[in-house]
Amino acid sequence: MALSREQHFDMYYYLLLGRALEERLETLYKQGKIPGAIYQGRGQEACYVGSAYALEPGDVIAPTHRDMIAMLPRGMDIKLIVAQHLAKVTGPTKGRGEDNYLGDLSRGIFTTVSMLPDFYPVAAGAALAFKIQGESRVALAYCGEGATSRGDWHEALNFAAVKTLPVVFFVINNQFAFSTPAEKGMKIGNVANRASAYGMPGITVDGNDPIEVFEAVKRSVDLAREGQGPSLIEAKTLRMKGHAGHDRFTYAPSGLIEQWEEKDPINRFEILLRDEWQLNDEEKQQIEIEIQMKIDGAVAFAEASPLPDPNEVTKDVYH
Amino acid sequence: MSITEQEAAKGLTFQNEESTYLQAISQGLGEAMREDETVIQIGEDIGEFGGAFKVTKGLIDEFGEERVIDTPLSESGFIGAAVGAALMGLRPVVEVQYADFLSCGWDQIVNVAAKIHYRTGDPVPMVIRAPSGAGLRAGPFHSQSPEGWFAHVPGLKVVAPATPFDAKGLLRSAIEDPNPVIFFEHKYLYRRLKERLPREKYKIDIGRASVRRDGTDVSVITYGAMLYKALEAAKQLNTNGISVEVVDIRTINPLDKAAIIASVKKTGKVVIVTEDHYSFGVSAELAATINEGAFEYLDGPIERIAPPDTPIPYSPPLEDAYLPQVEEITTGITKLVAY
Ligand SMILES: Cc1ncc(C[n+]2csc(CCOP(=O)(O)OP(=O)(O)O)c2C)c(N)n1
Ligand SMILES: [Mg+2]
Repeated sequence: MALSREQHFDMYYYLLLGRALEERLETLYKQGKIPGAIYQGRGQEACYVGSAYALEPGDVIAPTHRDMIAMLPRGMDIKLIVAQHLAKVTGPTKGRGEDNYLGDLSRGIFTTVSMLPDFYPVAAGAALAFKIQGESRVALAYCGEGATSRGDWHEALNFAAVKTLPVVFFVINNQFAFSTPAEKGMKIGNVANRASAYGMPGITVDGNDPIEVFEAVKRSVDLAREGQGPSLIEAKTLRMKGHAGHDRFTYAPSGLIEQWEEKDPINRFEILLRDEWQLNDEEKQQIEIEIQMKIDGAVAFAEASPLPDPNEVTKDVYH
Repeated sequence: MSITEQEAAKGLTFQNEESTYLQAISQGLGEAMREDETVIQIGEDIGEFGGAFKVTKGLIDEFGEERVIDTPLSESGFIGAAVGAALMGLRPVVEVQYADFLSCGWDQIVNVAAKIHYRTGDPVPMVIRAPSGAGLRAGPFHSQSPEGWFAHVPGLKVVAPATPFDAKGLLRSAIEDPNPVIFFEHKYLYRRLKERLPREKYKIDIGRASVRRDGTDVSVITYGAMLYKALEAAKQLNTNGISVEVVDIRTINPLDKAAIIASVKKTGKVVIVTEDHYSFGVSAELAATINEGAFEYLDGPIERIAPPDTPIPYSPPLEDAYLPQVEEITTGITKLVAY
């Protein structure tokens, strides 16, 4: 499926919005306004936008700690994202859940937990419900290469394969799990090779190319929707920041970050847009202004929002 | 909080430098590895990186990758591997990045490690170190105090030291113990406490409480980071003429029932303060223990102060409301004294 000019610009918008929003969250974190942590997906924007953009409104995603940007093409309200980080009552968890562990089920976004990758089986379960209810919907589960070492990951893939479920397993291989380089977490070079153990297609894509990611995910989503079962997609990239806000990534081999700086997904996409879709400076500036205004609005909203009422601490444990 | 008199009286001499709670554990790990080559470390990011909290920093330089073992992200896998290594003669010390992630290795802990000795008589000498506790605005998945989960499992020992001195001394006992021991390190205390540690080898026996403050009117039974709130409450009430005894149980399972009962017999009134949440947990077990051992000595109901039965919230006002605070403890004690 060829993407139109408008769709290219849409993706460009989300790429820029994701990066700018994370930068603002980093500033808020450094100002001490975020009581918890920040986890950044800088450098991985193409993975998020390319994949989420391949979904339909009724589909669901299961992001992890680093995957906030995947929520943006789903229409996630960024006011909610900032309010959650600032621990305000207006955030989607009303100040109960921490920083990036957020979602919005009305937009098909699960609210993850920290234990990785606990939402892999959950995504398979969502797909099971779609299948049982005869709905033409697909689930897409995110995680990093590190999380593919846990049993829950393997159980989810096997279950989904055996039951031919409409789910796409999307692994962002960003070369690190906290400080652990991928080659110390697994003996194989490609996470996608694990797919053969479960009898599903396994595809490796360039995680810094939004179009390549989009096309691969779109194919897998179509297969899932047609009743052909799950796929595993691995997007190769580099985590451009430390594991979390406190981690300065001192263990990155020298030169690695600079080498990947050159493959920056947004710069690359911009070149494509200029060359083939006539993006000009004025348009770019306009998009950037729109994004800054949107983020300013979200931050103002979050800062003006109240903290939760301590008397409500015991509310809502049960339905 | 400094070292109890009983321990100082044992004739220990002290290092010139003060050590934090975190450093005390690091020292304990290093000493154990130096003395006993069967001691190994296993966990995520514990080698070069030194662990999520840097407790194992430097161990790999001294002992190498053979004994300081970085693992893939796979708690069930490496906890199970530790059981196997323990059965074959090693003494593995496992680190999980947060106590919250113990649940990811649950089955290996509660069904494998805990139930071997009862059936076969084979020892399973292993320690699982787990940074626990709230107060750091870390939310529902990085703040839990799950000692009650594990204390409920026959075959496991569970310790929760509150001071650098105890952390190091209990770690030694845990590593020497022929049973699986879950070692809860309160991460709020990691860098907030400092004291001079003994130069000599020493250990704190598992299952031994410590009276942190003598008193005559009320006993507070507590452990972990709550010890400091209890001591602060005791100090404040002292100026009102209320004499509070504070007992730090230090080990959750096996409980030092004798020490708890002795204190309650002396004061006749008791307040239990835990960070484990209210229902079906450590505070309930303590209340039952006191009921069974000192009922005739009680001059009032057993008071429990513990967090409500909710997940641990992220936002500061909610987390502060969740955790027992000094004022709640002073109020509880004052009410009980007037009973
Ligand atoms: C079961 C479990 N163990 C440990 C952790 C602590 N932890 C948080 S993120 C992380 C690394 C994850 O690496 P990866 O899956 O590659 O995702 P990335 O952070 O690179 O996006 C670790 C070890 C966790 N969240 N869950
Ligand atoms: Mg990774």
